Amino acid sequence: MKRAGIIRMVVILVAVGALEFLCRTGVISSFVMPAPSTIIYSTVQILASGRFAADIWVTLRNVSISIVAAMVSGVIVGTILHRLPMARRILDPLFATYYAIPVYAFYPLLMVIFGLGDLPQIAVGFLLALMAVIINTLNGLDRVPRVLVKVARMHRLSGWAMERKVRLPFAAPYVFTGFKLCVAYSFVGVIGAEFITSSRGIGYEISYAYNNFDNQVMYPLIFLILAIVTVINMSLYAWERRLLARRRT
Amino acid sequence: MKWRDPLALIAILLLLWQAMYWVVGDVALTSPVSTFRSLAVMLADPRFWPHVNETLLAFAQGFAIAVVIGLGIGFLLGAHSMTGEVGEPILVALYSIPKVTLYPIILLIVGIGMPAKVAFGAIQGIVPIALFTMNSIRNLNPVFARTGRVLRLSPLASTQRILLPAALPEIVAGIRVGFSLTLVGTLLGEMFGSQRGLGYLLIQAMNLHNMRTIMSVTLLLVIFAASVNAVLLAIDRRLHARA
Repeated sequence: MKRAGIIRMVVILVAVGALEFLCRTGVISSFVMPAPSTIIYSTVQILASGRFAADIWVTLRNVSISIVAAMVSGVIVGTILHRLPMARRILDPLFATYYAIPVYAFYPLLMVIFGLGDLPQIAVGFLLALMAVIINTLNGLDRVPRVLVKVARMHRLSGWAMERKVRLPFAAPYVFTGFKLCVAYSFVGVIGAEFITSSRGIGYEISYAYNNFDNQVMYPLIFLILAIVTVINMSLYAWERRLLARRRT
Repeated sequence: MKWRDPLALIAILLLLWQAMYWVVGDVALTSPVSTFRSLAVMLADPRFWPHVNETLLAFAQGFAIAVVIGLGIGFLLGAHSMTGEVGEPILVALYSIPKVTLYPIILLIVGIGMPAKVAFGAIQGIVPIALFTMNSIRNLNPVFARTGRVLRLSPLASTQRILLPAALPEIVAGIRVGFSLTLVGTLLGEMFGSQRGLGYLLIQAMNLHNMRTIMSVTLLLVIFAASVNAVLLAIDRRLHARA
């Protein structure tokens, strides 16, 4: 491991250790926060008991649906927009403003349109993730070198064959950046929506435990979510590095 | 030419809205005209303004904290390469976790009401501002920093006179992202632990199924966020053009 990696591990361990110490000595009261070791222990217990298995499954399923839907439609919309400069120019202010608009403000509206099931939560995740994919797809397609396009023309590739065999593969690293954001935003959107109002899912259970001052459940669930998201993001980060390293050689 | 495209976009969005209204009808949506009208009625109501003030106040404080801490972390991590290498993955990890889940913890620590909203807005805004600042400092031409050293400027003076102006365009871009996220954070904070503010109005209207209020408040928020963003974007573009 590199030196920076070792220092980082030490920094994180010291921070967690300090938190443990403050909790154990009672500086942070157990009403506010249980000690990290207790949280990890309860997380394992909760997972083993299977009490929240259904909620975890629902949340992960909804996040996955949101990721897949946003990726597929984002890449398709991005590819089409790239061929329509006029439409793209008009939509440009929307791209620039999109993330300035609080998407949760539309959640009530989505609930009325999609009803009380899982769809409104998925829709929030989808809406949040979609634009990141579109923007990064466009960004990648913009950078395809002229020479590749010319070679493709010389081989008389049709329009869609050119997108599929030349442009999109070249844009892949940028699309991957969009994919990373898509995963993160889908989690943020779905869990945030569950947290505001829903009838199941991890976000709902956290909010329920919070309303009942049930720290024994709340902290392990929060830890579980953060751990899942961090592990997924770190794996994507590592995977991306490997892909980029291969491309350079 | 420059203003025609945004106008066309707004016209298209309004048309889509109207078309959707014709499809789904009164239960789920109010039409653009009646939403603007009820927003006007709302703005004329003196009982509405304390909510706006509350949200603006919470947002302004949260944003100020996010900018100060974000710039601080960003400068530190950008100027010192080892710290940057250690800190960057931690920042990236913090950026992509759903911070909503941390909300109960923040409430337990700072208590319900104004401090919670401010804290919640700030934690959403700090990370993007720090990330943008860090990258902009790191990507600066190393000659700049060396010039500062040759001129024997103190670290503070060289930050103030060389690094900050040179990195400003990217920093403004980061502040733009931080602005949006802080606003989202503040509103989310109001939706859970608060008795006042626009977020509170939204969640209350949601529970009462009051579409008129939901649509008007959402419209107001969209107009506010979009206009500030447009201003920041214009500053951003001008700075980038100059650089």
